[in-house]
Formats: sequence, C-alpha cells, structure tokens
Amino acid sequence: MTYILVLEQILNGLQLGMMLFLMAAGLTLVFGVMGLINLAHGSLYMVGAFAAAAVAGWTGSFLLALIASLAAAAAAGALMELVVIRRLYRRDHLDQVLATFALILIFSEGTRWLFGSFPLFLDVPSYLSGPVSLPGGIQYPLYRLTIILIGLAIAAGLFLLIARTRIGIQIRAGEADREMIAALGVDISKLYTLVFALGAALAGLAGALVGAIQSVQVGMGEPVLILAFVVIVIGGIGSIKGALAGALLVGMTDTLGGVFLPQLFAVFMDPASAASAGASLASMLIYILMAAILLVRPSGLYGGSA
Amino acid sequence: MMLTRESLLNWAMIAALLVVPLAAWSLDEPFIITLATKAAILALAGVGLNIALGLGGLISLGHAAFFGIGGYAMGILAAHAQNYEPLFEWPFLFEGSNQMPLIWLVAVVFSALAALVIGALSLRTSGVYFIMITLAFGQMLYYFAISWSAYGGEDGLSIWVRNEFPGLNTLDPIQFFAIAYVILCLALVFAARLARSPFGLALAAARQNEDRVQAVGLTPFVLRLTAFVISGAITGLAGALFADLNRFVSPTMLSWHTSGEIMIFVILGGVGRLYGPVAGAALYILLEHLLGGISDYWQIFLGVLLLLIVLFARGGLIGALAGREKAHG
Repeated sequence: MTYILVLEQILNGLQLGMMLFLMAAGLTLVFGVMGLINLAHGSLYMVGAFAAAAVAGWTGSFLLALIASLAAAAAAGALMELVVIRRLYRRDHLDQVLATFALILIFSEGTRWLFGSFPLFLDVPSYLSGPVSLPGGIQYPLYRLTIILIGLAIAAGLFLLIARTRIGIQIRAGEADREMIAALGVDISKLYTLVFALGAALAGLAGALVGAIQSVQVGMGEPVLILAFVVIVIGGIGSIKGALAGALLVGMTDTLGGVFLPQLFAVFMDPASAASAGASLASMLIYILMAAILLVRPSGLYGGSA
Repeated sequence: MMLTRESLLNWAMIAALLVVPLAAWSLDEPFIITLATKAAILALAGVGLNIALGLGGLISLGHAAFFGIGGYAMGILAAHAQNYEPLFEWPFLFEGSNQMPLIWLVAVVFSALAALVIGALSLRTSGVYFIMITLAFGQMLYYFAISWSAYGGEDGLSIWVRNEFPGLNTLDPIQFFAIAYVILCLALVFAARLARSPFGLALAAARQNEDRVQAVGLTPFVLRLTAFVISGAITGLAGALFADLNRFVSPTMLSWHTSGEIMIFVILGGVGRLYGPVAGAALYILLEHLLGGISDYWQIFLGVLLLLIVLFARGGLIGALAGREKAHG
C-alpha cells in the first residue's frame, strides 16, 4: 500500500462526497423550508441522467447534455411540486412518505416504459477523458477531478445564494417562520416551487455527472437517495453546512472502508475470508457511523430541533 | 359486541379469504390458492407493521429488515438441513432444520432481537429522523445480505422442498394455505386484544399526547420499543412463511421497496384499522394479478391509485366502504 493509493482513494471519497452533497442539498433545503420528506428525490436524479443521455445521443454535446439534465430535472421538480407536493405540506409525514413513494413508482415505471429496461450510456467527452498529473506524482482521471471541482463550485454558490441574496434571505426566513414571511408579502407558494425546482436541478445534475461514470438506468436514484438520507441525518436535517459535512464524511467512509477494510482484515485473517468479511463490514460502515453519531447527537451534527 | 358496518366488513373479508381458496381447491385451481396464500402472508406482515404504524404512530420504513430476517431464518436453517452441513457444533451439534415450528421460532426471536436493537437506536429520535433511520438500517441489512456470499449473496438461497409441519403435507397448496390463514387469524386476534389491553391503550395515548402519558408515570420510549419489537417479530414470522411459499429467499426481501410495499398494504386498506392489512394485501394481489395481465408497467397504475388514496381518500378501502372510523381511545 503506497501513499499514492491512499491519496487516490481520498480523491475518490471526495468525489462521492460531492455527488452526495448535490443530492443532499436539495433534500435538506426542501425539508428545512417546507418541512417535507421527499422520497422521490432519487427519481429527479434519474430524470437528469436520462435527459442527459438522450440529449448527448441526439447532439453529441456533453455540455448541452448537462444543461438538459438541469432543465429537465428542474421542470420535473416544478411539475411535481405544482401537481402533488404542494398538497402535502400540511399533511403528516406518513402521507408525505406514501405520496412520494407513489411518485417513485410512477416515475420509475414511466421511464422504463419510455426508454426500456436496458441501461443507456453517457460517454465522458474526449476533452475530459484520460488521466491528469497532480502534484505528488498522482495520476487521476480528469473527469472525476472535474466532478469534484463542479461540486465545490456549486457548494460555494449555494452558500453565497443563501447567505448573500434576496432569495436566500427569503429561504432562511421561510425556515424560521412561515406565517411571518407570508404576512410580509412574500409569495410563499412561488418560493416553495422555486426551492423545490432548485433542489431538483441539483439532483438532476448529479445524476448526469454520475451517469457518465456508471450506466444510466431505471432505479439508479434509489441507492443514492438512501445515502443522501444518511448524509442529512448525520449532518442534521435542514442544514446545508451539515449536508456538506455529512456528504464528505459518508463519501470518505464508504470509499476508504471499501478499499482498506479487506486489507486491514488480511493482517489477521486468511486472504479469502478477509476479503468477504471486509466487504461485508464495509457495506455496513456508513450505517454504523450514522448510528454512532446519533448516539452522541440525536439530531445530527448541525441539527437544531427536529 | 355491536355489529358496526366495519366489523361486518371485516367478517366478510376474512370469510372471503377462506372461501376463495376453498372454491379454487374444489375447482382444482392451485394457482388461485397460491395467490390467496400470498395475500394471507403479506397481510400478516401488514398486521405486524400496523402495530407500530397504526397503534404506535411509528412510521417505520425499515420493516423489510424483519421480513427479510424471517426469510433468511428459513433459508439458512433449511439450507443446512438439506445439505447436511452443521450450522454449529458447539454447544451441541445442530444441522439446521426443516421443521416449520422451529423455523418460525428462530425467525421470531431473531427479528425481535433486530427490532430491539434497531428500535432502541431509532427511537432516540422522532418524526422524519425516525423514518430515515429505520430506512437506513433496513438498507444496511440489505447490503449486508448482498455481500454475505456464504448464503447466496446477491443470488439468494433456494430450497428444494418446502419445509414440514407435523401432521400436514405442506406441499399441498390448500394445506399450506390453511397454515398461513390460521396464523393470520391468530395474529389478528392478538392484535385486537393488544389494542384493547392496558398496554395498547397506553401506546395509543403516547401517540396522541406524549406529555400526558409521561405525566401519569409511563415511559413512552419503553411503550414504543415494546410495540416495535412485537411488530418486528410478527413481520419476521410473515417473512419466514413468505420464503417458504416461494422456497426462495434473496436480498430483495430486505430491500426498501419491500418496506414500502408492506406499508402500502396497510394504507390501501386503511391506517390503524385492524383488518386494514387484510383488505390492502388482498387488493394489492388482485391489482398485481389483473393489471399485471394488462400491462408490464402496472406499477404506474398502482402509483396513481396510491397517490389518489393518499391525497383524497385517507381512510383507504375500509374507510371508503365502512365510512368514517369511530373515535377511538
């Protein structure tokens, strides 16, 4: 094991963390502002990936594909909010869980009906493929590095949006006191649609970016959705800062655990059983991390009251 | 007992679930018997969830964990029995088992233990955290089962011959149905008595007003954890039966879609209604069978139906047929 391998895996963890942040940011914003738990967030991730794959297929342009993923997911999110979600704000969590689970069924089967069950492929464009040399002699895929940079840029943009702009003020006010901000003349339902579409667009972008590494297929959003839940539970629901911290923690734990646990077990076990025991434990590691954090802080690292 | 419209409907449903397979048996239609068996087993899983969800107000999105543990209890015991490989040799030699009563016992004990651990951790939180954490723990077991290559990993475990029950031929569909049906009836009686017991009343009170329950000297955490364990154990028993019905267990039983489906049975029938899961599971099997014949994409219709029920008909099927629920204490 060399330090180059370790650094490479840290970068991989960072990349997974950035993708999870794009998912978790939307989820946590929607929960923080509207008090809504949205299981169908993974469907928006899938919509983004499929839109990107379709547009890349027609035009051959990766940039257009990314723009399409943002637009399609934002449009699907806005539509979802206008037709279904806004009826759920005043309902209890059970109704929200069920209605958004129903949306998953509709979106997944609808996509399967439109595109078929076979996975689509979205290629990394030539100008982003191949490795790049980093200081310290590490060869790292340029595309993954780009994902990390895009994630960092969006995180910075999101913090600026929330801390510095008029919309950000309204979002924070909406989290603090819904009635008061409505009384002050802000069109609260328009704000809700906007926040929901913003979260959807981020999820769609994440889907498109990951779609170029993995395959684009129905149900691709669900494993990511559950990881994003773990992220926001760890970070504290409603907190963007918590989402970033949680995403990095989960991304690192998952990646490093998957690589190094089998090697660690091999120190005191025979190689075959070390590989399987290590893989089993690694697959559970982030949930163990979540349980440990909840034992200490039941409402997450940055959570106030739930 | 006063016969309300709801209790009449309940009797009609439980009778229909018996009459349909009996009629199918006399007409020699084993497939319909199997569908009815599946409905009874899934209803049992729903009865389990309903104790946590309807009575305790605990929105668990991780009940697939217990369903799957029950399934794997059956799979592991039966796999060892059929291969004559000892499961453990200390403190005594144990080569698995193909006897249903022992399998059920193991399924119930292990799913109750899992529910104790998951519940003790998850119930430290409430509301939306609870939903997500139960979901995450369920997913943890799902990924664990996938990576656990000793018992089939992603491919699951197949059992060649259905396990045995003393005095019955379980390979005969109608006899296996009888087993599932009797267990479902026992679980319904148990759930009804539980709801009226001092424990059930205290649990319902903890759902409605936590502070007052605390003020009279009860601990909501303990009430909820007990309910969660009972709920998990019943769902685990259903999992063992379900695996025996298919003679197959795989990580799919642990996936969060299964949790969602068990919840759908409860909701389609009507939340908090004792017989809601029976109505819901029967309706689900019926829809799967009828719509599945029309289109491969039948889950779109299921999704739309579920959405309409949640948005506009919150009482579910029983609510629509029997009217508003009477005020309950």
